Amino acid sequence: MNQMNPEGYTTADGRKIGPVLMEMKNITLRFGGVKAITDISFDIREGEIRAIIGPNGAGKSSMLNVISGFYVPQEGEVWFKGYKRGPMKPYQVARLGIARTFQNIALFDGMSVLDNIMTGRLTLMNSGLMAQAMWWGTAEKEETAHREKVEKIIDFLEIQAIRKTPVGRLPYGLKKRVELARALAAEPKLLLLDEPMAGMNVEEKEDMCRFILDVNDEFGTTIALIEHDMGVVMDLSDRVVVMDYGKKIGDGTPDEVRNNPDVINAYLGVSHD
Amino acid sequence: MPDQLLYAIEAGLNGLMAGVLYALVALGFVLIFKASGIFNYAQGVLALFAALTLVGFQNGQIPFAHLLNAIFGTDLHEFGWHLPAIVAIVLAGGVMVLLAIVIERYVLKHLVNQAPIILFMATIGMAYFLEGLGDIMWGADIKKLDVGLPQGINETIDSVTYNAFGYGFFIDNLDIVASVVAAALVISLTIFSQYSKQGRALRAVADDHQAALSVGISLRFIWVLVWSIAGFVALVAGIMWGSKSGVQFSLSLIALKALPVLMLGGFTSIPGAIVGGLIIGMGEKLFEFFVGPMIGGATENWFAYVLALLFLVFRPQGLFGEKIIERV
Amino acid sequence: MFYREAGDFKTSYADDSQTFPIRFDRLRYYAVIAVAFGIVPFVINDYWANAVFVPFLIYAIAALGLNILTGYCGQVSLGTGGFMAVGAYACYKLMTAFPEVSILIHVLLAGGVTAVVGVLFGLPSLRIKGFYLAVATLAAQFFLVWLFNKVPWFYNYSASGQISAPERTILGQAVTGANTTASAKYLFCLIILFALAWLARNLTRGTVGRKWMAIRDMDIAAEIIGVNPLTTKLSAFAISSFYIGVAGALFFAVYLGAAEVGEAFGIQKSFLILFMIIIGGLGSIFGSFAGAAFMVLLPVLLKNVLVGQLGWATDLAAHVELMIVGALIVIFLIAEPHGMAQLWRLAKEKLRLWPFPH
Repeated sequence: MNQMNPEGYTTADGRKIGPVLMEMKNITLRFGGVKAITDISFDIREGEIRAIIGPNGAGKSSMLNVISGFYVPQEGEVWFKGYKRGPMKPYQVARLGIARTFQNIALFDGMSVLDNIMTGRLTLMNSGLMAQAMWWGTAEKEETAHREKVEKIIDFLEIQAIRKTPVGRLPYGLKKRVELARALAAEPKLLLLDEPMAGMNVEEKEDMCRFILDVNDEFGTTIALIEHDMGVVMDLSDRVVVMDYGKKIGDGTPDEVRNNPDVINAYLGVSHD
Repeated sequence: MPDQLLYAIEAGLNGLMAGVLYALVALGFVLIFKASGIFNYAQGVLALFAALTLVGFQNGQIPFAHLLNAIFGTDLHEFGWHLPAIVAIVLAGGVMVLLAIVIERYVLKHLVNQAPIILFMATIGMAYFLEGLGDIMWGADIKKLDVGLPQGINETIDSVTYNAFGYGFFIDNLDIVASVVAAALVISLTIFSQYSKQGRALRAVADDHQAALSVGISLRFIWVLVWSIAGFVALVAGIMWGSKSGVQFSLSLIALKALPVLMLGGFTSIPGAIVGGLIIGMGEKLFEFFVGPMIGGATENWFAYVLALLFLVFRPQGLFGEKIIERV
Repeated sequence: MFYREAGDFKTSYADDSQTFPIRFDRLRYYAVIAVAFGIVPFVINDYWANAVFVPFLIYAIAALGLNILTGYCGQVSLGTGGFMAVGAYACYKLMTAFPEVSILIHVLLAGGVTAVVGVLFGLPSLRIKGFYLAVATLAAQFFLVWLFNKVPWFYNYSASGQISAPERTILGQAVTGANTTASAKYLFCLIILFALAWLARNLTRGTVGRKWMAIRDMDIAAEIIGVNPLTTKLSAFAISSFYIGVAGALFFAVYLGAAEVGEAFGIQKSFLILFMIIIGGLGSIFGSFAGAAFMVLLPVLLKNVLVGQLGWATDLAAHVELMIVGALIVIFLIAEPHGMAQLWRLAKEKLRLWPFPH
């Protein structure tokens, strides 16, 4: 395989994988005395689908929170697009082009589906307070332009029928889809998905897999995801990081990971000595 | 010792005593907050209502006399008896339990799982309702409350301090009684919640409603229980405040002071309520003593709130509250 | 039958996002404006202006302001009375210091001053949330009232400690002072309310409104998708306080004429405005109007019925009012947390199908 080529390579199914987009270097995260993540390093390359797996409590979600800037690690560096990321607030990270979904859906329940997805574009809209108060002119024009983009995403995810429904009334599977739409609306460089298929039935999972692959394919969005369904992970992802007890115990292609003895131990429950 | 220092110590001591009373009201807040996650704005009005009811029973007032007179053109006022204090207190306690049942049945039951801020606003509505109800039941005039608690200057402290420093401290007997009662109440509540079966259930509910339900704890019973206890605490606070400055509407505003006490002490901590109350009580008296004269006085109106506000900006969970770790 | 949206097709996104997408609604809205501007000023008398219309218009401005902060941005404030006082005293100081400048400018500047004070007291909202913040705003309420009471500079060292509005005119018509006609008071407040309501609608339907609502619904998620909580919350505090300051200035200068801070802008006022938006509808422009109308009309109605018709004592009627208001708050929070605005929406849904229920 030519995966070590820093300039990128082409996968077996013809997708282009580029150079390293994000690199985590020796990340350690503690809550008080508890270590959630211990000295983990890995990278995410442009255009790839990168999975993070591991048993419950392995620190996967914490890792995603570090990437999206919600937690600040005590040690280690985060590199994005070739630059070291300084201490940043989550909303600043969002503006760099990192969008995400949440394990326990975090939509804005009081707003319609359309408004929820429009919030995803906040980082791309910039008419001032005064312009908006006056509405006619710049604000209206901007609103319409962004509405067109959002409608494309609505079409793409096949949620046209519920555009004006308040999010609070939607069933679980659709909420997950709206959340994905909101993240996509930001036109992110890197999309983080925290258990996108948790609690879904088989058909919903198939739909979601299709959307994830399409997003990656059509927009060339880099995706990092956490998922428990091994079948899904092995099918979707180009490379997999395996975590256990806050440590990295495996990293590589699905095949490599599958045959890694440490990973097998972690999943089959061989005693830790 | 210089006079100025002596006056300051006296003001501080009186502040401590006032703080005990703040703490007493705050205690009611903490109990309800722990058991149901409701920030009960009506706690102050509850104290007012309890005190009004107590006085009403004591003096043999006919409830709703004004209303009845207005509607039926009658001229009702009093039954004409005078109940002993202890009987009236028991009866008023009974009314508070009844009130707890009514509140649970007609308000809380329908607001389960609402956002805390909605519950908070509902208690503001309850406060208005109870205030109106109290006034209609017993009349809005200022009433004197006397259940036989000792009042006036404590001669012993006065003479001891006079002999020691050449200046006698003025400490009200009522304040001393209040402190003792408050201490007893705190100790018994702590014992109750730590060691009794209901207390354990109460803590379980506080931790997780659904988990508590699933092991067979009756949520409704616990809520009635805790609102009854809060009503009882309100009654005690009402007796203390009422004996001190009469039963009137401002009593419910004084009780508002318990809010900054809570912000300081943390909403979930009984010791926090006590310490917060003492800090606020002493702080506002000393601030008024030292700084008040320079800026026009009456700083007690806002000192507690501003202190709590400044404090919160630096330590959002209060003195004794648990540190909040945010998750997504 | 009369209320139809079928056939009312939208061909552009701009059309789709207009304020009244249904033609019937739009027509009714124009009719209300025509009556408000074209008919009421000519028939209004002093009783109706002072008892109903002027307080309604002013409270509607305040309710709009609080609704922006509480209904849209989710930050509960109990300091509304205090902020209204800031508007009133700022207006008073400006009126007396610069008599030659138009009162309209003074009112707007008073709103600006209040916005600055509002931002100052809004700063803690970055650290504290929910009812912690609500209690913290009580600090603003009590401190501000105390300040205006104790510092004589604010009331120009007047012996009574009161402030009273000198006469000021717009286009030759007195709008403040003893000689103001009912229609001048009414129109002055109406024009300001109309402009502010229009601005509020624009702000809440666009990006700013979405940021506010995102913070309200889930602040952590909002921050992660790129909402800056600092600027968003503070903008809500600033704009909300601007509205409340303008309302305070009008309340003092146009409605009361003379004011004593504790009485006019005490904590009861904070609760009154909060009740307006709860009953009217949190997060709704229409709700701010409905709530203000309701809370202004209820006491007038009760007074007329209980005192006027049944001959009850006024204090008894006042206590009954307390009970009714309190009960209504609880009932609305239980049955319809979105207030009268939601009831109105439901009624319209029903009307749409009428007379065919299915």
